[in-house]
Amino acid sequence: MRKYSVFAIAREALRGHKGWPAQWSSPEPKASYDVVIVGAGGHGLATAYYLASEYGITNIAVLDKGWLGGGNTGRNTTIIRSNYLYDESAGIYNHAMKLWDGLSQELNYNVMYSPRGVMMLAHNVHDVQVFKRHIHANRLNGVDNQWLSPEAAKAFCPPLNIAGNARYPIMGAALQRRGGTARHDAVAWGYARGAAARGVDIIQNCEVTGIRRGADGAVAGVETARGFIGASKVGVVAAGHSTVLMDMAGVRMPLESYPLQALVSEPVKPCFPCVVMSNTVHAYISQSDKGELVIGAGTDQYTSYSQTGGLHIIQHTLDAICEMFPMFTRMKMLRSWGGIVDVTPDRSPILAKTPVKGLYVNCGWGTGGFKATPGSGHVFAHTIARDEPHPINAPFTLERFRTGRLIDEAAAAAVAH
Amino acid sequence: MLLIHCPYCEEERPELEFRHAGEAHVARPVEITAESDEAFEGYFFIRANPRGIAYERWRHIHGCGRFFNAVRDTVSDRFFATYKAGRKKPDAAKFAGAATGGKDKR
Ligand SMILES: Cc1cc2nc3c(=O)[nH]c(=O)nc-3n(C[C@H](O)[C@H](O)[C@H](O)COP(=O)(O)OP(=O)(O)OC[C@H]3O[C@@H](n4cnc5c(N)ncnc54)[C@H](O)[C@@H]3O)c2cc1C
Ligand SMILES: [Zn+2]
Repeated sequence: MRKYSVFAIAREALRGHKGWPAQWSSPEPKASYDVVIVGAGGHGLATAYYLASEYGITNIAVLDKGWLGGGNTGRNTTIIRSNYLYDESAGIYNHAMKLWDGLSQELNYNVMYSPRGVMMLAHNVHDVQVFKRHIHANRLNGVDNQWLSPEAAKAFCPPLNIAGNARYPIMGAALQRRGGTARHDAVAWGYARGAAARGVDIIQNCEVTGIRRGADGAVAGVETARGFIGASKVGVVAAGHSTVLMDMAGVRMPLESYPLQALVSEPVKPCFPCVVMSNTVHAYISQSDKGELVIGAGTDQYTSYSQTGGLHIIQHTLDAICEMFPMFTRMKMLRSWGGIVDVTPDRSPILAKTPVKGLYVNCGWGTGGFKATPGSGHVFAHTIARDEPHPINAPFTLERFRTGRLIDEAAAAAVAH
Repeated sequence: MLLIHCPYCEEERPELEFRHAGEAHVARPVEITAESDEAFEGYFFIRANPRGIAYERWRHIHGCGRFFNAVRDTVSDRFFATYKAGRKKPDAAKFAGAATGGKDKR
């Protein structure tokens, strides 16, 4: 791996930029690996990266049915925050937050992490009460989150309409100043480059079609579009397709897959200083460094694997955006798309061992797992390497739906993103 | 937006009139307190979530208000059939040829 630096840029500038090497190679799959990761999204690539960099396991393949980062990692609205309600959530999301801080340096790759502040709008009394409860719980856990009056919210985000007669009145907001965004593609690419440099094989266009188990029931490897690949440890990190993959090993999951849509506007000059979320009207907005408004909607109501959703869903979101930020009423939208998100009953992820020896699963991030990418990969690597969970992901088991030890962020109503 | 045939109103109406109500044919145990933890988990939390032919409940909430069942391909989102609640679940083999997604898993 060639290190990126100001000297490298200067040298290449003199040579017409002809000497930049590929960021990762595209090797043929070997017959077997120590670990196979299914899914080259941010979480799968980060898992491989930390397995190699922290646990010395480098004989790894990361397989993807499409191109790396082409799943939800490349489709999300990149909101990063950690102000969830429960202690377990504080543990994992704050772990990620700490890793975001130094990630560009660690990877020698600019992931454009921008802690510009995430503001969550309260539109009714229920929102106000829920957010204040979160703020108190967050403070006890050392997670920053503060209450803003409508006037303070407007001062933080001047385009916000706080008029009393607004369709969705603003009764205040919760602000996490350390929250923000990062460049989604760069996160996938940075981890891919770092993993490949440590010997990890990233194999794209290689769909996993089966999980083979030995006579003892333990994992023996995976069937793929490019033949059988042996491995005594397989980590499934397949987001919306997790049910499909776990079915291949006979493990039934507490998951449902829904379309979630996003869209971007034409690029304009910087005009929107932070990230604003409204769970109540399902509108999520920030401005990318390219100048586009990046807008997220709510999920469609039905389960689907189609990576498209109904137009009425994004129309509803745009209605809400225009109500809350009247200056955007004449913006033109350029593109919209959908991803398939895997939702658990309690809206918390599953990062765990499974009833099948050698099979590990990292899923259930639903509508809000991008923010957790570094932390998730880090503790999942520990889980695979040591065959036991890291203390941070120990509560995020598959068994919790049997024992009742839920981490119920769904009921806590801090839904989405 | 999906177009959905309500088997009670006997007409196709826009999705906006309907509420998706989860997987169909999940029977609530008669004596729920007697269920083992495992059986309760299966009933309450585990879902088939198939890539392909899915059986699901819908409610015509802004119409007749009634619940009914549907068979849909979760890859193309195309409906194969809708039928009244309480009716027997149609055999997936009937639709397998037309489905674009994976195999039925139930
Ligand atoms: C529109 C949208 C907006 C979102 N906004 C936010 C947000 O603002 N903030 C936030 O924190 N999160 C957000 N999320 C959620 C976030 O994107 C995901 O939780 C996260 O990116 C999941 O990462 P991943 O690596 O687990 O999954 P993915 O990036 O989806 O990777 C899974 C990979 O598995 C591969 N795969 C699937 N099946 C197979 C198979 N059989 N064989 C081989 N490979 C396979 C897929 O091709 C895919 O590349 C959003 C999601 C969407 C769709
Ligand atoms: Zn009807």
